[in-house]
Amino acid sequence: MAGSISSAGKPLWLLAELTYRCPLQCPYCSNPVDIARYREELDTEDWFRVLRQARAMGATQLGLSGGEPLLRRDLEDIIAEARRLGYYSNLITSGVGMDDDRVAAFREAGLDHIQISFQASNEELNNYLGGSKTFAHKTAMARSVKKHGYPMVLNIVLHRHNIDQIRDILDMTVALNADYVELASTQYYGWSRINVEQLLPTREQLVGAEAAAREYQEKLKGRMKVIYVVPDYFENRPKACMNGWGAIFLTIAPDGSALPCHAAAQLPDLVFPNVRDHDVDWIWNDSPAFNAFRGFDWMKEPCRSCPEQEKDFGGCRCQAYLLTGDPRNADPVCGKSPYHHRLQEEVERLGQLAATGVEKPLVFRNMKASKRLMEEEAVAALASEEQAVRSE
Amino acid sequence: MFRFQWEEAQDCYVLLYPEGMVKLSPSAGEILKRCDGEKSVAAIITGLSEQYPNADLADDVLKFIEEAVNHGWINI
Repeated sequence: MAGSISSAGKPLWLLAELTYRCPLQCPYCSNPVDIARYREELDTEDWFRVLRQARAMGATQLGLSGGEPLLRRDLEDIIAEARRLGYYSNLITSGVGMDDDRVAAFREAGLDHIQISFQASNEELNNYLGGSKTFAHKTAMARSVKKHGYPMVLNIVLHRHNIDQIRDILDMTVALNADYVELASTQYYGWSRINVEQLLPTREQLVGAEAAAREYQEKLKGRMKVIYVVPDYFENRPKACMNGWGAIFLTIAPDGSALPCHAAAQLPDLVFPNVRDHDVDWIWNDSPAFNAFRGFDWMKEPCRSCPEQEKDFGGCRCQAYLLTGDPRNADPVCGKSPYHHRLQEEVERLGQLAATGVEKPLVFRNMKASKRLMEEEAVAALASEEQAVRSE
Repeated sequence: MFRFQWEEAQDCYVLLYPEGMVKLSPSAGEILKRCDGEKSVAAIITGLSEQYPNADLADDVLKFIEEAVNHGWINI
């Protein structure tokens, strides 16, 4: 931007989380656990303003996500405005809340791309994981998307309960004539972190899944693109999370909070600016939150002197916080992190636990569970305050 | 699936596709700008040659068009 002295890049990727309401209840949802807090959603004009401001700064890709973005009645209006401004818009949806007419309306409004999620390849498991009977409808919507001339992009989140069916999942996507398939390993933030004991696949499962994914990638070359990413808990170098903090990604939560990544709200001691109070230019270039982990100066060892810092930016801040207690630490996925062995031990422990077959029930993502978890957290915080007072 | 447009903030033509963007060199931009679904490859080369009379560009244009077809950016 003219006049800006910040070394920030451009917010090329704008993720608009239009609502956290959702008819599905997937226990690995990447939304924050305190979704019940986000009742005051931005209105249509707010979103138009955000779209205009981010576009003026160079944003080109727009993700329309949630929760379930189809629950927003103004979705068609937001799409039309995005098209008018020159965005490439991507609708990221469960398909629930859509019918053939609405797909036609999205086409008319100028939507560029629709990605539909499936929970599994068979009806029973799909409906169990999503907490609702959606499989048949999703299948119909996948066909409808293709019928209206869109490339069909399917997304399936993998975890212990469905990873062994990876071949069935890929066969299903072939039968649906998908163009792209994303097999996304669960990442353990928010709801999935709560359910990590029940969701983390075992090493044996991963070996099988990876072999199957490679085989299908080879077999389907030129017909269907299969993207498969290994869950990072099993790696020894971290992912280049968000391509760096405040580098290209800008997420706007349903209440207008601006975040450098959709999971960042859980980080401590940061005040995330709101688009109701500030313009996107200030938020991106000048707000303390967006500068907190930008570049390399914030790094501690081993990242500070690491030759790979420009490759992975120290990994994920949320993961560093969740697993080490300090978001400035190296992501413990990294073999150079002094906490790496702790993560490996946890992975081993969870693998042994999985082998026993004893399972806690999954916590499904819904407003009721969110409220309960928020209350429990508040109680725990009070208890630890009391503890602190006593020990003084 | 690909959308071709001028990007002011990038100061170049780009191709947008699901969750990604290709920044185009000035010459690639000039070629794709002329790919309107109507003109033949020969007509595109003629047009470019008129605009840039000092360049021998036929081979480069053909090479780029082949690449663009391979990427799925255009159909011929």
